Amino acid sequence: MTRRIVVLTAGLSQPSSTRLLADRLTDAVTTQVSARGEAASVEVIELRELAHDLATTMTTGGLPTPAVEAARETVAAADAVIAVTPVFAASYSGLFKMFVDVLDPESIAGMPVLIAATAGTARHQLVLDHALRPLFSYLRAAVVPTGVFAATDDFGGPGSQDLGHRISRAAGELATAVVAAGVEGFGQEARRRSVRGVTAGEVTDFEDLLAGLGQ
Amino acid sequence: MQFGIFSVGDVTQDPTTGRTPSEGERISAMSAYALKAEEVGLDVFATGEHHNPPFMTSAPTTHLAWIAAQTQRLQLSTSTTLITTTDPVRIAEDYAFLQHLSGGRVDLMMGRGNTGPVYPWFGKDIRQGIPLAIENYHLLRRLWREEVVDWKGKFRTPLQGFTATPRPLDGTPPFVWHGSIRSTEIAEQAAYYGDGFFHNHIFWNIEHTAQMVDLYRRRFEHYGHGSADQAIVGLGGQVFMAGSEAEAKKTFRPYFDEAPVYGHGPSLEEFTRMTPLTVGTPEMVIERTLGFADAVGDYQRQMFLIDHAGLPQDVVLEQIEILGREVVPVLRREFEARRPAHVPSDPPTHASLVADGLGAPHHLVAPAAKVDLTVPTTGARASA
Repeated sequence: MTRRIVVLTAGLSQPSSTRLLADRLTDAVTTQVSARGEAASVEVIELRELAHDLATTMTTGGLPTPAVEAARETVAAADAVIAVTPVFAASYSGLFKMFVDVLDPESIAGMPVLIAATAGTARHQLVLDHALRPLFSYLRAAVVPTGVFAATDDFGGPGSQDLGHRISRAAGELATAVVAAGVEGFGQEARRRSVRGVTAGEVTDFEDLLAGLGQ
Repeated sequence: MQFGIFSVGDVTQDPTTGRTPSEGERISAMSAYALKAEEVGLDVFATGEHHNPPFMTSAPTTHLAWIAAQTQRLQLSTSTTLITTTDPVRIAEDYAFLQHLSGGRVDLMMGRGNTGPVYPWFGKDIRQGIPLAIENYHLLRRLWREEVVDWKGKFRTPLQGFTATPRPLDGTPPFVWHGSIRSTEIAEQAAYYGDGFFHNHIFWNIEHTAQMVDLYRRRFEHYGHGSADQAIVGLGGQVFMAGSEAEAKKTFRPYFDEAPVYGHGPSLEEFTRMTPLTVGTPEMVIERTLGFADAVGDYQRQMFLIDHAGLPQDVVLEQIEILGREVVPVLRREFEARRPAHVPSDPPTHASLVADGLGAPHHLVAPAAKVDLTVPTTGARASA
């Protein structure tokens, strides 16, 4: 069974260090999934390309543009998510949060997620635990223990080797979670995730709705 | 098939002149639109209900009664009646009174209202929106169908030996639609009672609308009211027309760009792609509207929003004129040509409900068939 890894990357420049980190994480995760005897497919969602669509969705009462709808379905159908954002004003970027805001909260409940962030200096490293982890806890995602933070120094500077270690440790944790989740009998496989809108056929019988009110 | 216009009753500045009409001007403009609708052969006029600025539609039955007195034929409806914050006793009496005044030209559409702060003004809590809609509507059905009601519920004071007056005209309650954009419970509610289901559609793509309608149709069949394709469906839509597409866009764009609801957001072109909004020639509107039936199946009522975003009165009157004279006659013909014989053309009217007799399911408080849940439903789609 091929595991679907979806990468959310919120870098704004091109090329961006956020995308660079996202790519390194993606390579490490696919390698680690293969090492566990399974295949992985990767879909990258460049949030920069969705910027206008996200603004449109928000200003029309939540009507998703076709591109936003497609991205939401991609996330809902994933087996795991790698989420990478640059640090802006001591938190994830606004673009990143806009995308999270249009996700159906149920769509990533229980999903293994690897969180990662980039910034100019190492002083921002607590963003992972002060901003990203609470956000995904709220969504009831299964965030792996190791988050990956990369400052400018970590790319080619003295910290670069340590970054490599953190990437492989985090990738190992995500790969373990996603492979375990796919084993039959562990419950995750049968779980159907909803995207916002209607999941036709799932409806509470009206007699029950009435009875709940004592009518 | 019925065609009409519906309004939310917003008081909005005209962005091309900077002038904001007074509430009184908007009320009189909406009244003029209703009269024009009858004059040009449209079937239905529906007013919204709001209790907060920038809207002025707080007293729908008062407004509809005035319109009833000035018209002969026009069906009067709502878009919507707030079943959550309005006491069902008031709704039962107000609309039964309106039925008598108008000779039965009344149906109404239930809605929940989505403005949180409005609920507490009427002693209610928006977090209870769905349970309120369910309980209050069930009580409304009883008030219209049972002479004497003893009732105890969760949300209002109990009733002992209460009779709502006047009784519905000819002992026949008005037909009711349930409007919902994405709450499956409301589609289920409409299906359970065999009432109509209206999808506002205006902010949604046709795929989403079709999904909601399909759910309602399947459950309508499940509850034994007929086959899925016989369920009573209404759709909204919004259009702006002129002699050429370029001219329509040029006139409408400033209104679109500044509109409180979608202004400063997507472009007119994006919004046209994503929603039923059609800005162009009458032919384009005809083609687009006919396409709706391909997605949701043959349906019974099409409503157009044409008076929002600060459009001036003379422009709106002209739009109603084009709808009535050029668009609707073609739509009527084409929709009837494609409609299978067993699918009703019109929603139930007072005349048809009276003709069905007092023993018809419409007169039961809970007309749903007791369904054997051990037998899976077929879930046939309405259209291929």
